[in-house]
Amino acid sequence: MTAGSQVSGEVVTTAPAEPQETRTDLKRKDNRAWWLVLPVVVSVAFTAIIPLMTVVNFSVQDVFSPSDRVFVGLDWFYEAVRRPENREAFVRTLLFSAQVLLVEIPLGVAIAVAMPRRGFWASAALVLVALPLLIPWNVVGTIWQIFARADIGLGGWTINNVLGIGFNYTLDSTDAWITILVMDVWHWTPLVALLAYAGLRSIPEPYFQAAQIDGASGWATFRHIQLPRLRGVLTIAILLRFMDSFMIYTEPFVVTGGGPGNATSFLSILLSKMAVGQFDVGPAGAFSLIYFLIVQVLCYVFFTVLTRSGR
Amino acid sequence: MARTTGRRLPWARTVFWLYVATLMLPLLWMFGMSIRPNEDILGSFSLIPQRVTFDNYVTFFTDVSWYSSYLNSIIYTSLNAVMSLIVALPAAYAFSRFRFAGDKHLFFWLLTNRMAPPAVFLLPFFQIYQSVGLFDTHLGVAIAHMLFNVPLAVWILEGFMSGIPREIDETAAIDGYSLPRFFIRIFLPMIRSAIGVTLFFCFMFSWVELLIARTITSVDAKPIAATMTRTVSAAGVDWALLATAGVLTIVPGAIVIWFVRNYIARGFALGRV
Repeated sequence: MTAGSQVSGEVVTTAPAEPQETRTDLKRKDNRAWWLVLPVVVSVAFTAIIPLMTVVNFSVQDVFSPSDRVFVGLDWFYEAVRRPENREAFVRTLLFSAQVLLVEIPLGVAIAVAMPRRGFWASAALVLVALPLLIPWNVVGTIWQIFARADIGLGGWTINNVLGIGFNYTLDSTDAWITILVMDVWHWTPLVALLAYAGLRSIPEPYFQAAQIDGASGWATFRHIQLPRLRGVLTIAILLRFMDSFMIYTEPFVVTGGGPGNATSFLSILLSKMAVGQFDVGPAGAFSLIYFLIVQVLCYVFFTVLTRSGR
Repeated sequence: MARTTGRRLPWARTVFWLYVATLMLPLLWMFGMSIRPNEDILGSFSLIPQRVTFDNYVTFFTDVSWYSSYLNSIIYTSLNAVMSLIVALPAAYAFSRFRFAGDKHLFFWLLTNRMAPPAVFLLPFFQIYQSVGLFDTHLGVAIAHMLFNVPLAVWILEGFMSGIPREIDETAAIDGYSLPRFFIRIFLPMIRSAIGVTLFFCFMFSWVELLIARTITSVDAKPIAATMTRTVSAAGVDWALLATAGVLTIVPGAIVIWFVRNYIARGFALGRV
């Protein structure tokens, strides 16, 4: 499935620092490195491969009872692709992920750059920015469900009564979409900011001293020193945000339940309705395998583009 | 030491604190909900609580199902963070320093496990954990959460490790350091910021995960997030108690990030060895 990936180079996350470091830093070839990777392979095999095989099993069978199963071939796969609501949910989820990335990545980097660097306030800022990440996702949904309500929530009440805009996420599909998007930006931009902040902190001081001596402006320093050094952490941030927003489930489920209509029915909401709500494990298995493959392909594209772009 | 660390525009600090204030609004709102009785929340809109009560907090800390699930979450989350880190460290080093058969495929395959849709994994997880005796144990949840935390940990650590010049490894080898000794004495202190970030992210993702943790536990290792879903009763949602639990769930994570803040902030000792 991933044939041809060996043509891509190794992951180089930083630009060459000093002139003498140019391209001599090729990795050593040593197959004994497998021993170092073995614990990871074993632990992930237990948590991922075995369950995945069970899902493959479901996807090609019609299960009437644990002892009564019929092999149905690829029928469930055809059905999953054919259903228009599945395709609509796919487009919707893709659109949502794209919007999430467009807003959160630049915003997160900007916050990281503006964050205080030393002293008590730097620590306090770090903790405050990280707080939204630490709330269980169902509680995030609950907070926003009430926060955005027009009658008793601070956010919804302010928009309606102070700004004078009619806003009701339970009736209007655009409002519902905006609510979910704003909630996601609120919830996840801190993740991008934290990663970017850690990346910025890893830039050696002499770089900035040199830039200062050269009289570089703040923007030039950012563009030519900070941004290139952030490539590694930004790759992580982009992929992580893409995957998690593409799988978003708990928060929209709590806030809007996928509605109004189908306005916020993302792929995973559709999927869990099938698997848990209706116990259609066959179609759900096939659907989730397709879903899984789509995410893999998209991530592979991202991954290749991002890790190659700096070469 | 120089005082620069990147120049910032004069208004950057103001904008930053404005952002933090916006970020805090829903959290302050939640705190406000936790210190007022339920009727006041649903009654009418009011910015400041009319009647302040700490009954919700008292309920939380006196009801065994609340505080024990709180402890459960802390136990399995810490266990998971430590286990994920230990497993991921050598692997990340291998990925960042060596080429070996199938390395790129393996690395990408690890990442793909971060995006397994949990909804359909639940049934297999349930069956497997019951048959191997890990059902409803802290260890069981910690292992299950390694599914998405180990790839993440490998990935973050690899990114940071690749930022450290390979010359350091070579210099240490010439000085007579063996790989394990070099790793522990020189390399680990150099990537302490990466370790801090990794521990925090493992803790965080395990702490907030609900679907898997709820499926493979019943009583003894039940997570706090699962207990929270119980607040929906015939009389409606107990918003105040839910908000109280929400406020308290932030506390352990805030403590964790306070402890790792220096490792996130201190940066690398690049070029100092």
